[in-house]
Amino acid sequence: MRSRAAAVLLAALATAFAWLLLRAESQGAIAALIALAVLAGFALLRTRLLDAFTRAALRDERLAQWLAFAAVAVLALLLPEDDFSLLLLTRVLIVIVACLGLNVQLGYAGVVNFAGASFFGVGGYTAAVLSRATGLPHLLLLLAGGVTAALAGTVLLLPILRTRGHYAALITIAFALLFRTFLEVNDSLGGPQGLKLPELRIGPIRFNDPVAAGPLEGSFYLKYVVLALLVLAFFFAVVQRLERSWIGLALDAVRIDETAAATFGLDIARWKIAAFVIGNFVIGVAGALSAFMIGFIAPNNYSFAESLILVSILLLGGVGNPWGLSLAAAIVILLPEKLQIIQEYRFLMFASMVVLILLFRPAGLVPRPMRRLPGTPR
Amino acid sequence: MSAPILACRGLSKRFGGVLALDGLDLEVQPGSVLGLIGPNGSGKTTFFNVLTGLFPADAGESRFAGEPITRLRPQAVYRAGIARTFQRSRLCLPLSIFENLMVGNHQRLEHGLWFNLARRKALARQIADSFEAARALLRIFDPPLADRMQEPAGRIPMIDRRRVEVCRALISRPRLLLLDEPSAGMTHDETVRLMDDILLVQRELGDLTIVLIEHEMSVIERVTARCVVLNYGRKIAEGTYAEVSQDAAVRQAYLGVE
Repeated sequence: MRSRAAAVLLAALATAFAWLLLRAESQGAIAALIALAVLAGFALLRTRLLDAFTRAALRDERLAQWLAFAAVAVLALLLPEDDFSLLLLTRVLIVIVACLGLNVQLGYAGVVNFAGASFFGVGGYTAAVLSRATGLPHLLLLLAGGVTAALAGTVLLLPILRTRGHYAALITIAFALLFRTFLEVNDSLGGPQGLKLPELRIGPIRFNDPVAAGPLEGSFYLKYVVLALLVLAFFFAVVQRLERSWIGLALDAVRIDETAAATFGLDIARWKIAAFVIGNFVIGVAGALSAFMIGFIAPNNYSFAESLILVSILLLGGVGNPWGLSLAAAIVILLPEKLQIIQEYRFLMFASMVVLILLFRPAGLVPRPMRRLPGTPR
Repeated sequence: MSAPILACRGLSKRFGGVLALDGLDLEVQPGSVLGLIGPNGSGKTTFFNVLTGLFPADAGESRFAGEPITRLRPQAVYRAGIARTFQRSRLCLPLSIFENLMVGNHQRLEHGLWFNLARRKALARQIADSFEAARALLRIFDPPLADRMQEPAGRIPMIDRRRVEVCRALISRPRLLLLDEPSAGMTHDETVRLMDDILLVQRELGDLTIVLIEHEMSVIERVTARCVVLNYGRKIAEGTYAEVSQDAAVRQAYLGVE
């Protein structure tokens, strides 16, 4: 009971902090808030309280999930008119979805993918092209973004399966670089100027109209928050179930020791393909959703640097842990947007953050816990 | 004599200029324990690796229960009913003991996406059943260990890792078990206990054949009916331990020429 109360309190504190941070305008206030968060973070790490929280959250994960869900909803309702904050919030949610996909690849199967932003882009361009050229329902286009991203990934399967480690990584880097050039020279995809997307519509809901439901009035971004939150909740559950199943175990075995896994009948190629395809699908859906929200896409959004950011979110949060990468995604997205001095140096900052994490906490801020298989004793 | 469960003829494997296996002929009778001995680098582990499909053979053939397995991939060899342990322990250390055992049980588990994601109750039942089966097997080897199945394999001592590795190979109910130097890193007494447990399981399963690579000669003497001695990838002697230990070529291989 006491641990539950503590969890609720912690969620409330986190929500309040996020609200303050999103509301803060002056750079001085923002810097003070971030300094406070860094200090609190250090204190949590040094006193091992963070690990204690993680263990507690794991014991009652359903509660933790509901609290996280509620925290985002409350945060959005506290800022109903604040377009920019809601846009940031939605971006965080969408980036978490993309990182969940990357997590299946890198975290579980050990398939390196330095082209995350490219598959995100494939999803976005699919949504853009199909929404302009056809009258297909937009919800279907989100799925189509995932499917095309998964299909585009199959181009890389053969070279990835034939190489290991650094070489497989190089192949995905090559793909990321080629993809951007391909977009820039391809006039039917808008070239360097990119493409505009029509308004997102799902059933009777028009996503670009402001919210006016009874007493609640607010920015149209509120709808995107809800949609992104639902998509995130769905994929979060899927990825967690995937990990806590025979599939998750097979992926882990393949990542840790291919030779031993093969000796016990695991088909290495099959599992790597499965993880790569599933991961790219998730990334593609996130990309399509992101494209609709921004309403406009261009090659610049899908550069190799963006792919690196996705990977660094994983390393920062804790490879293989959906909770950890969610925390890291919030940090990596919000920090440079709020603290504008960082904006220019953001890659420097991410790079040093990743180096520090790898040096002092190699398993990430929130290391991946042992698997909890359903049906095993607690 | 009944038909051999494993029969190899002229099995050869070359690594660059080294002939690691040189025309090896070998037969194993069902239900027996065959000892495979020889100096370091004589090709014992290479034989296991070729047999299980990790390395393709350059020449020769091997048959398991009458079926050719020479060109099969490791996965297919395992499905045919051959399981092994590794000389250098190859457990997945971050995973729990139970999870490691389930890696060995891979072919009996349901891996469908829909089953694993959506039919969680059925999945939980399958996991609970597997958990009990794994615990029962591990209990034969070490009852206290069977109660620690959810701890990471990296946290247990060497002897327990060996036990888990043997159980990982046994849990799929193979018909042929290849043990690659189970005594490595263990004391004499620990090795004797482990082998006794393995023989106990063999008696319970009934239909299990074992090929054992071992340097501890007292173990070979105690548990094997026949031995094959390798040197430079060739078979230099075969027979009971008493016979091969008196063999002039074997003494020369182990002790050098006087």
